[in-house]
Amino acid sequence: MVVARGDLQQLLDALTAQGYQVLGPRVRDGAIQYDELSSLADLPIGWTDRQDGGFYRLEKRDDEALFGYVVGPSSWKRFLHPPTVTLWRSRRTEEGFELVESPQDPPKYAFFGVRPCELHAISIQDRVFLQGPYVDPIYRSRRAGIFVVAVNCGQAGGTCFCTSMGTGPRARKGFDLALTELLGPERHEFVVEVGSPAGAEILAQVAHRPATPEDRARVAEIEAETSRQMGRQMETAGLKELLYTNLEHPRWEEVASRCLTCANCTMVCPTCFCTTVEDVTDLTGQEAERRRLWDSCFTMEFSYMHGGSVRSSARSRYRQWMTHKLATWQDQFDVIGCVGCGRCITWCPVGIDITQEVAAIRGEPVT
Amino acid sequence: MPTRRQRPKLAVWKFASCDGCQLSLLDCEDELLAVADAVEIAYFPEATRAVVRGPYDVSLVEGSITTPHDAERIRQVRKASRFLVTIGACATAGGIQALRNFQDVEEFITLVYAQPQYIETLERSTPIAEHVFVDFELRGCPINKMQLLEVVNAYLNGRKPNIPTYSVCLECKRQGNLCVMVAHGTPCLGPVTQAGCGALCPAYDRGCYACFGPQDSPNTGSLAHWWQTRLDVPRDDLVRAFRGFNAYAEPFRKESEAHEQ
Ligand code: SF4
Ligand code: SF4
Ligand code: SF4
Ligand code: SF4
Repeated sequence: MVVARGDLQQLLDALTAQGYQVLGPRVRDGAIQYDELSSLADLPIGWTDRQDGGFYRLEKRDDEALFGYVVGPSSWKRFLHPPTVTLWRSRRTEEGFELVESPQDPPKYAFFGVRPCELHAISIQDRVFLQGPYVDPIYRSRRAGIFVVAVNCGQAGGTCFCTSMGTGPRARKGFDLALTELLGPERHEFVVEVGSPAGAEILAQVAHRPATPEDRARVAEIEAETSRQMGRQMETAGLKELLYTNLEHPRWEEVASRCLTCANCTMVCPTCFCTTVEDVTDLTGQEAERRRLWDSCFTMEFSYMHGGSVRSSARSRYRQWMTHKLATWQDQFDVIGCVGCGRCITWCPVGIDITQEVAAIRGEPVT
Repeated sequence: MPTRRQRPKLAVWKFASCDGCQLSLLDCEDELLAVADAVEIAYFPEATRAVVRGPYDVSLVEGSITTPHDAERIRQVRKASRFLVTIGACATAGGIQALRNFQDVEEFITLVYAQPQYIETLERSTPIAEHVFVDFELRGCPINKMQLLEVVNAYLNGRKPNIPTYSVCLECKRQGNLCVMVAHGTPCLGPVTQAGCGALCPAYDRGCYACFGPQDSPNTGSLAHWWQTRLDVPRDDLVRAFRGFNAYAEPFRKESEAHEQ
């Protein structure tokens, strides 16, 4: 189906009318971040992003594209797996203590503008939080009712490598509706693919026409063009074995000399899931609560056991991050833990690049 | 662990400092009554004239050691205290006055004072932990009052305080701040600085000034190299950046010295 630019607002309205809180990309403080959308005018219309290792800038485009950029620092993880939550509270009683349930009543989210790599990231977190022996009730309650409007990428960013990871630049599944923006001198339309009955129901409330073979051909062309623009690439063949047989490679020491162990990469990564808990009390010791916070394998405390930290060197921490993402993740969840979104490269304050590190361990010349 | 019936005696001591940190205790307006209920404020010249004789269960020590007299006094404080907590950059790193450590103090004295023979001072401003055993160090210039409450609270409840030693970046990202270094090219010390302030400066579009001192495994060299080569920060500015309130904390001291011409 095809929806004209002028009719796309109806999609947002239909979602709002169904009680969804619509979240999508907006310009905030000079970057594209996910936030509440009340109208299409809130989107970063006519903006694009320039990205490289440790570098991000917004720039004006010479058109009025609605989705002419890629991913920013925040990901949907912030909503499905929030950075801080209170797990429970308790109160001292005569006999001991009683638990006070922490209400988990998340809004019904519609994610508007989810990129193909991000759909994969969500499906990876689904495996982590929902499909293992221990289900995370917080993730489950937030994930359950979401409506996903995916957007196929019309251009790749400077740190993108989804084609290497097989996660983009076109969405194949995991969405209710998927949009491809068709933009030309005389045209501004969206090819819409329906991915679920809920998607069909919403689309029925939006003015649209059937897609022509020409429209479909254009979608395929956009996919091919975007695939050719990837700012980075990573060879994934035999990745697990490569890392398992190179645990003492001198490159780990080299990257450790640059790594700040600041944890930005894990915070922005849409698949990293680690958390820590803090127990807090009130001054009188009558009430206590347990909070859960995003944590990272880059902190010293992360590997603290009796007597000290197991991974006290930056070398062992960087190696943990990269081997978990690319190798042990496969043993654990049967999938690579990286979707090629490029966030860890862009948002590393010193531009450390996971694709370069893999290439270096493979012994390829590094540019 | 202190019993409920007898409130632990708390003392607040001041050495070379600006008073800002101990005032953050008074700044705990909403919580102050609860604190006063939970502990007996036995010695706190900034807030009350009443003095209760030692020994004290908890001593909060603000300020650095800069005179022979203070070097002796801190030993007395240690003797009178069961649990000694240093608060603020002066007490934990020597403070801004530790800038003297990089210069010749004698020269300052003769320049500044008309009668230098009356000035009795040490060559260096040093943190309390260089003089006596410290049970817990609470960082910051000034300290974060919520962290101070957390330390008192943890002590009262016999638990470990939740005072992380990792970088400011974790707080910054959890809060959803935009990274000013990556997105604006603003030099930020957050990656080498210990969390605790709630990433205050990046939240207001500024780089971190390292008020909370070095994080537990700071790579100052790599950050400085990036600033120089990518953000065009001149060497003088690099020296100044690492020579702030925590100039004498070892990783920062070494980094600033490395860039001194
Ligand atoms: S490892 Fe980096 S590129 Fe891969 S998914 Fe995480 S942030 Fe994106
Ligand atoms: S890479 Fe580190 S932070 Fe990310 S999931 Fe693995 S252990 Fe956790
Ligand atoms: S790789 Fe970069 S973002 Fe990650 S911890 Fe190291 S310096 Fe920080
Ligand atoms: S703004 Fe500073 S503290 Fe925040 S993530 Fe960036 S480097 Fe870290």
